[in-house]
Amino acid sequence: MSPSHTLQAFAAISAREFERFVHQRGRLLSSLVRPLLWLAVFAAGFQNVFGVSIVPPYQTYVTYQVYVLPGLAGMILLFQGMQSSLSMVYDREMGMMRLLLTAPLPRWYLLLAKLTAGTLLSTAQVYGFLLVAWLLGVSFPALGWLTILPALVLGGLMLGALGLLLSVYIRQLENFAGTMNFVIFPMFFMSSALYPLWRLQESAAEPVYQLATFNPFTQVVELIRFAAYGQVNEVAVAAVLGWLVIFFATAVWGYDPQRGLMRRVRPAA
Amino acid sequence: MAVSVADNPVLHIERLGKRFGSLRAVDELSLEVRAGEFVVLLGPNGAGKTTLFQMLTGLFAPDHGTALIAGNDIRRHGTAALAALGVVFQQPTADRDRSVLANLRFHARLHGMPASRRETRIAEALDAVGLTDRARDRLGTLSGGNQRRVEVARALLHEPKLLLMDEASVGLDPASRADLLQRVLDQCRHRGLACLWATHLVDEASEADRVVVMDAGRIIADASPERLQDQARSTTLADAFIALTRDKPAMRMSA
Repeated sequence: MSPSHTLQAFAAISAREFERFVHQRGRLLSSLVRPLLWLAVFAAGFQNVFGVSIVPPYQTYVTYQVYVLPGLAGMILLFQGMQSSLSMVYDREMGMMRLLLTAPLPRWYLLLAKLTAGTLLSTAQVYGFLLVAWLLGVSFPALGWLTILPALVLGGLMLGALGLLLSVYIRQLENFAGTMNFVIFPMFFMSSALYPLWRLQESAAEPVYQLATFNPFTQVVELIRFAAYGQVNEVAVAAVLGWLVIFFATAVWGYDPQRGLMRRVRPAA
Repeated sequence: MAVSVADNPVLHIERLGKRFGSLRAVDELSLEVRAGEFVVLLGPNGAGKTTLFQMLTGLFAPDHGTALIAGNDIRRHGTAALAALGVVFQQPTADRDRSVLANLRFHARLHGMPASRRETRIAEALDAVGLTDRARDRLGTLSGGNQRRVEVARALLHEPKLLLMDEASVGLDPASRADLLQRVLDQCRHRGLACLWATHLVDEASEADRVVVMDAGRIIADASPERLQDQARSTTLADAFIALTRDKPAMRMSA
């Protein structure tokens, strides 16, 4: 596996992912419209209902729109991660996965290339969303535009790795609706994206609070939130890194014909 | 100029086996294919041909046995084995939304082909399958036969030593099937490519150097088409195939 070969393969996989994204106008549009709807409609409507007290990294009261901004950036990463999962299942159904997995490169590298390409796409989408949010008057400190970059990449990789892992289990495109109901929605709503977690404790919803704290998506949101204000949330960094390793290693294991979950499926003779 | 069949096997399989639950899909299978040799793997549906190909391409791990492609063990040196292998799968595996050229470039880059060599090889491969004038067309706009030819061009792009064709002619009209077969035969005869062509269509075996008859996961005959007819005391290859597989052994179930 020469460096030139690995770079070529990465460039080919990334270019294909990018091309597909650009050609799917609905996907391009929804990646921008979905978080903007939350920001311009939901957050605007609820800003007087959801009071947000001063919690780190904020040093003063912030509007509800400002509070949900990192959560909505995380939502883009979450949807893109699941989109990667959908893309893997689609490629498997269309036969492209066979072509990819029979390329003369280690399987982990091929999966990593897919994952990284998806993360680059989701990071670009977040910046597109932040730009429109800024035009609407919702933003964070100027330096935050730079300091969130590593947080977005790390969060995108972790949620993309979760998508890869799910694609091992999702055998057909039709089953993707289940992913929406049982993965995306619980992860999003049971996180600190829309409200600070102390609100759950205040409501005496202790089990939900515990689940929300354990939720990997909460850690992504907090990682982005702190990074936007030039701070590092060490717990979130460690948690996101840990989940990334677990999800990616399990996905690679799942795609390994020697040991993985794929072997349970019997091919046509 | 025709190339003679070489002595060293490009594909060497020894006692390869794969089971799914109690079903032995491939059972103690041994086989060799040499450079320049066109070998037809003939078997009824469910014989285990695709399972064998899945193992050779690393999509499924064998339970036991060894397989070497150009001297590389598929388990220990999987990437080197895959680099020496060209495959056309039973199901289409090309991106119908991209152009013929984009599909070939994608494959060339996955195989790490240097940019200086890439475009030359693409032109040669397209020429070999007679599709030079369709290079910029979207793959989905091509006929089924031409899409198959693109997959053959793609499989030949990185100049493999062994070509696996897994029932690649299924669904094609007779003229397209004959054309596809002839183009692959040309590659064997003139380029020294070794080819293992899996099919259940007997007429595709008539020009083979060897016909390997597979049934219920096992090889039940391995000879030239003429010899196979003699062995089965049949006047046609089709009759020989029917005679060999008539007393089809029950699918081998493990105890």
